[in-house]
Amino acid sequence: MTGRLRLGGQVVAVAIVVALLGLLGWKLAQGDSEVTSELARGGAPVAPAFTLERLDRSGDLSLASLRGKTVVLNFWASWCGPCRDEMPLLQAGSKRWQGKNVVFVGVDAKDDRGYARAFLKRYGVTYPNVYDGKGSLIGRYGVTGYPETYFIDAAGKVRHRIAGPVEEQSDLDKGIQRALAPA
Amino acid sequence: MTRRHVALGAAVALLVAAPAAASEQRPTAAELESELVCPVCETTLDSSDAPIARLMKARIRERIAAGDTKSEIEAFFVDQYGAGVLAVPPRKGFDWIAWLLPLAGLGAGVVVVGVLAWRWSRRGDDDAGEPEALDPVLEQRLDDELARFEP
Repeated sequence: MTGRLRLGGQVVAVAIVVALLGLLGWKLAQGDSEVTSELARGGAPVAPAFTLERLDRSGDLSLASLRGKTVVLNFWASWCGPCRDEMPLLQAGSKRWQGKNVVFVGVDAKDDRGYARAFLKRYGVTYPNVYDGKGSLIGRYGVTGYPETYFIDAAGKVRHRIAGPVEEQSDLDKGIQRALAPA
Repeated sequence: MTRRHVALGAAVALLVAAPAAASEQRPTAAELESELVCPVCETTLDSSDAPIARLMKARIRERIAAGDTKSEIEAFFVDQYGAGVLAVPPRKGFDWIAWLLPLAGLGAGVVVVGVLAWRWSRRGDDDAGEPEALDPVLEQRLDDELARFEP
């Protein structure tokens, strides 16, 4: 009886340790996005799909609906200082690339809708923006800070990423050119 | 149970319920800042000075000034940032696990310690009841030594 009890206890203890290790492994895997790691290896990972509510008007926007177009996906938040600095450059860029099968999409993450809408109005942003208050895309894209910009080609693959603010128009154009180039 | 006991129970219930009701109707910024989490730094707002935390604190004051109840303000933040914005999980649905699991763990720990203590105490009794037999050679030697002291 005692031996059986001891064996049962050991089995339970080992099971708990294995479960905790599994949890740790899962958490680490969540933190390390496939997008950023594959980009770092020179690959072109598939852009994680999303459907999020629009911030600039009613309704949702899905990435799938933009298939066939080059997408400049910019993660920002109204409380982020560098996001304010780069926003005029992105707005100007969206106008310059208009009609060339290039779409700019903003993802407002971990933010307050009200402040975010005021931000868009203040900076005169006219391209589509979606709201991701919970930050559900942050881990999937491997966003490490704000702002961050991903350049997605017509096939839905991430071809380039700028971590931090886009400081020069030429950097923006370079990212778009990479996404436009044949795979 | 006497009337005095009933009155005492009612008074205690009132003492507990009255501040909770007041807090629900007229929440303070300080209590909400200790119960809401900054989604970026993942600490409560009262211990964060991150830009988003400052923004959330401003929003809390704005909502309090507008006359919102505590539940309404919490619901507003949950709608914006998800349930993870609450420092303490709500007592409903799947979130009950966060409340029940530590209690279950504590209960299991008490049971395990109790069983072990009971077994150890039993082992002690058993040891006392059955003294270990002495080696016959040693026993003979002990008898010889003791015999030397006998008159």
